[in-house]
Parts: sequence; C-alpha cells; structure tokens
Amino acid sequence: MATPLLQVEHLEKSYGDVHILHDINLTIATGSVTVLLGPSGSGKSTLIRCLNGLEDFQSGQLTFSGQPVTPNAKTWQQLRQKIGMVFQSYDLFPNLTVLDNILLGPLKVQHRSKAEAQEQAVKLLKEVGLADYQDAYPRQLSGGQKQRIAIVRALALNPEFMLFDEVTASLDPEMVRGVLEVLRNLAQQKMTMLVVTHEMNFAREIADQVVFLEEGHILEQTPGQQFFANPQTERAQIFLNSMDF
Amino acid sequence: MSWTIIQQSIPVFVQAFWLTLKLSFYGIIGAIIVGLIASFLRYFKVPVLRQISAAYTEISRNTPLLIQLFFIYYAFPEIGIKISATAAGISGLIFLGGSYMAEAIYGGLQGVAKIQVESGLAIGLSRGQLARYVVFPQGLTLSVPAIAANVIFLIKETSIFTVIAIPELTNTALDQIGLYYHTDESLFVLVIAYAIILIPLSLALTWLERRARRGSFGN
Amino acid sequence: MAHSGINILFAGQNFTRLLGGLWVSAKISIVSLVIGILLGLLLGALRTLKNPVLRTILRLYLEFFRIVPTVVLLFLFYYILPKNFNVNLSAQIVAMLVFALWVAAEMSDIVRGALISVPRHQKEAGMAIGLNGPQLYRYVLLPQAVGLMIPATINLMTRVIKTTSLLLLISVMDVVNIGQQIIEANRQVYPNGAFWVYGLIFILYFLLCYPLSAWARHLERRQNNNA
Repeated sequence: MATPLLQVEHLEKSYGDVHILHDINLTIATGSVTVLLGPSGSGKSTLIRCLNGLEDFQSGQLTFSGQPVTPNAKTWQQLRQKIGMVFQSYDLFPNLTVLDNILLGPLKVQHRSKAEAQEQAVKLLKEVGLADYQDAYPRQLSGGQKQRIAIVRALALNPEFMLFDEVTASLDPEMVRGVLEVLRNLAQQKMTMLVVTHEMNFAREIADQVVFLEEGHILEQTPGQQFFANPQTERAQIFLNSMDF
Repeated sequence: MSWTIIQQSIPVFVQAFWLTLKLSFYGIIGAIIVGLIASFLRYFKVPVLRQISAAYTEISRNTPLLIQLFFIYYAFPEIGIKISATAAGISGLIFLGGSYMAEAIYGGLQGVAKIQVESGLAIGLSRGQLARYVVFPQGLTLSVPAIAANVIFLIKETSIFTVIAIPELTNTALDQIGLYYHTDESLFVLVIAYAIILIPLSLALTWLERRARRGSFGN
Repeated sequence: MAHSGINILFAGQNFTRLLGGLWVSAKISIVSLVIGILLGLLLGALRTLKNPVLRTILRLYLEFFRIVPTVVLLFLFYYILPKNFNVNLSAQIVAMLVFALWVAAEMSDIVRGALISVPRHQKEAGMAIGLNGPQLYRYVLLPQAVGLMIPATINLMTRVIKTTSLLLLISVMDVVNIGQQIIEANRQVYPNGAFWVYGLIFILYFLLCYPLSAWARHLERRQNNNA
C-alpha cells in the first residue's frame, strides 16, 4: 500500500478535565474521501481542527506525507498551506473583496506572482460558477456563494488535503446543492478530503471510507459502502436510523 | 439677559472656540497615536513594554485630568521640567485620552470574530500577516464608535484647562464673569458654544453606533 | 532637593487636613451617587415606556447632561440658582445637586440599555401570568437587568469620584483646594511642595478609583465568559 497522506496515531485531547478525544487512530489515503460521522458533541469538529493545528492536543503523533509533524506554531503555519480548511460559518474576510480574499494566501504566504495567482483564482471562480463576483464584497453574496468562495480561497494555495467542517450546516436548503456540487467535483479530481457533514445521502455517495466517532472514540473506520449497508457496531446502526436520508 | 452684551462678547468667544477646537484636535490626535501604540503592544504581547503600557493605562484612567494637569503644570517645574500652559494642557489630554483610546482600539481588536482569526490561520497567514490583513482592518472599524465617544469625552475635558488659565471656552466665560459680572450672558454663550461643537458629534456618534449594531460589514 | 519636600505632607495638621478634604469629596460622591442611582433607575424604567412625550423629555434631559461639560454644569447651577431663582445653597449642596442630576441622567441610559436587552419573551411570560406593569419591572425585568447594569454603574462611580476634583472651581473645600492652600502657605519652607502635595492627591485618587475599576472589569469579564 502506498504511503498514506495522513496518519493519526494515539491522539488524545482534553479541555482541562474534560476528555474530548480518546486514542484516535486514523489513516487517510492519498486521493480518497473520508467522511467523519457522529452525533453532535462527539468531537468531530475538535478532531478536524486538531489536524491543522487550530486545536492543540495532549499526546499522539501526526504524520503528513510520510513526515512526522512537530506540533508548533511554525510547523503548522507551513503545513496549513498544504492542508486547506473550510468552516461551517461563512468566514470570508469582510474587509476584502472576493478576489483579495482568494489572493491573500497565494500572494502573502506563498509569495507567488500576482499574474499567475490571479489567473488561477479566476479559473477556480469559474469552476464554482462565480466568475462575475471577483470584485464583490462578502456582504453582497449569499451564504452559498460565500461558502463556495471560501472553498476557492482554500484551494488557491494548492493544498494536498482539504478539511470541510460542516460546510453546509448553516446554509438554506436551496444553497446546499451548489456547495456539495463543488465538493463532488473535487472528489472526482482526486483531491484528498476529510468531510464532516450531516448530509447523509451525500456522504454515502462520496465516501471512500467512513469514520464513525462517538463520545470521542472512533467506533468504526470502514469503507463507505460497507458502513451504510452494514454498520459493524450497534451505535452506528442507531445513528444511521436516527438520520434522514 | 442682554443681547447687546452677548453680541459684544462674541469675538472673544469665537477666539476661544477655535482655541478649544485646536487644543482638542492636537490632544485627540496624540491620544489616538498613544492608544494605537498601547493596543499594539498589548495585542502583540510585547514583553516589558506591554506591562509598562498596562500600568500607564491604569494610572491614566484612574486619576482625574485636573490632577494630571496640576502635576504636569505645577509639579513638574519643581523637578526641572517646565512647559507652557498650552503644552501642559495638550500633554494632559494626551496622557488621559491615550488610555481611553487604547481601550477603545483594543476592544475593537478583541471584537473580531474568532472564526476570522482561524480562517486566516487556516490559509497559512503568520501572526503579523493576520494582524495586518485581517484583525486590524476589521478591529479598527469595530472600534470607531468607541473612538468617537472618546472624542466627545476629550473635547468636554478641555473645559478643565481653565484651571491652568488656558483661554479656552470655559476660561473665557469665567473671565467675562469675573471682569464684567455678565454671568447669564457668558454662561449662555458658553453652553451654546459647546452645543455647536458637540451636538453634531453626538448625532454622528449615534449614527455610528446604530450602524455598528447592524454590522457594518454584514458578512 | 525634592526628597526633603515630602515633609510638607506631615508638617502641622497638613495630612489630616488633606484627608478631611478627601472626606468632603467622598461625602459629595456618596450622596450624589445614592440619589442619582435611585432617580436613574426610575428614569431608566420610564424611558422604556412607549409614551413619546415622556421619552423625548427624558432623552433631552440625558443629552443636556451629556453634552454640557461637568465644569460648566457646576457653574450654571452655582451662579444661576442664587441670581435668577433666589435659591441660596452652599457650594457643597450645589455640587451634590449637579452630580446627582448628572448621575441620574447617565444611570437612566445604563438602566434603559439593560432593560431593553432582557429578552422580549420574558416580558410576555410575565404578562401571561398576570403581572401588572410595575410588578413586571419589579419581579421580572429589573432582577434580570441588574447584573448587566452593575459594571457600568461601578464605572460611573469612578467617574463621579474623579469629577469631584472639579469642586475647587466652585470653592468647595475639597482635597485639591486644601492642597493648594497648603502649597501656598508653605511656599517659603517647601518650594517643592506642589510635587509632593499633588503627588499625594494623585495617589489618593488612584487608590479610590483603581479597586472600583478593577472590580468592574472583573465583573465584565465574568459576564462575557458566561455569555
């Protein structure tokens, strides 16, 4: 088997006395889509945030592209260029136009040439159907448009791995499809992705593997089709039954 | 109350009016600069300087301007630092206002949503870049209403300059009362003069606050 | 020779006199705060009512006391009451009156702000169990608003204390006024008197205000953490 893009071993996380994540072991293959499922409060967001250093953790080892990750500010800042993340809340910078939002990372972090970065930005905007909105400010956009641009902003850094933390959870239903479409295209382009979502039909369609988290424990890590057809644990069965498809 | 007396006193008051505005202007600009420096020191957690600026903020906010002025104007010469009344007034206003502006600006920086900081980090911005492109532009905008409130506060505080005999508005009114006993007229003109300066500012402040509550960015 | 000047503070009755002056300032602060806060509670509650006339009058009252500098307010009352209304009050009483009215104005805004931030359904729930207007304020709205009002009220207290430094302008024998007299009287013996006397007054004000503002900040922080 090829080297996995990301390997998590024995990760432990607590806030003070509250133990949030217990002995997390997780392997994510290059080019695969992993969907992280679990009831709310199970630690999904915390886990995904540990993977790009927005949360620190007490112990455990991350290995990215075969390189062990030393969790300090400097490493994370480097690594975040390779690990893109999109959040649940629309998190565009309101003081910048759409284009400046997208170019901030490529120009200021990666010091790429403006012409080249801009060309890529425009191309990405076209792919998500928002080519006309370059000069708009975030306040002029709908929630769905903002989320698609937040995705473009992350992609503009040419990441190797993308984290999506419930990116459709705050959207009106009619906006959800457009955003999921973008994720679907990314999956087809073989982007490695870790997706937290409550859109179960989408999860079933897109997941190469499913990680099921409950109360901070990984209860299952199984291929997608198998999880939805035949979950191994009773907890996962109960969870699936409770969800709308 | 006599209109003739009021009319006669107008030229002196006009002079005092401009002086009040001029002193306020220098004091406020200075206070904003001090406030920016102090809040940057705090935001970037600069060692030592941050503690000094925190101590300054406490001293400045917890003592009256009048005593600060007396200290600068009467006590400093005794240890060899002599400055004019005008300079003392402006220095006092900067000393007082700097801490108020620092609180206003730092409050704005703190008001920037956590998710904004996180998404800046998520695209790999360093702490300095995060401050420059995300936190400061948004935070300074958020702090505008508080800064405006401080502007009004500081202009009103210039009335205390009268204790070191700077001929601003209040001092001029007291002079008129002392010299000619034109008490009603002088106080009337005085209130009107402050109203001319402060009512527009106060309306602007209300407008700014309302806009801020609606969310000036509306993200 | 600044170090020898410190003795000016302890020569004769100087220190007790300064503390006496501080007590005058404290007394004026306490009286005006008590009256002002009570009046402000009432005015603040009235400002949440729908009556447009009442609201306008109270708003104008607030804006007047906000826009006119406190020094000028002191002079207005000090000069105009005796001259035009034939009311002769001692300077201390004038100061208490001005400060109380000023505190009431500021307080009314604090109270109103806190009251309107109590969620609407709380009021409706109170009405649903048959509470009348005053009962609604007494049992539902005020208790929930009080927590929000406290930090701002404490900050208002420190503002009042700091503003008592202006009392010498209307010839109240406060700590600053007595300080000036001591400096003048000892000019020959202690040419550096101003440094020490004003320094002491500076510290005294700081000692009064700092604990209050630290307390207010502590409460604010706790509220933000709970929110």
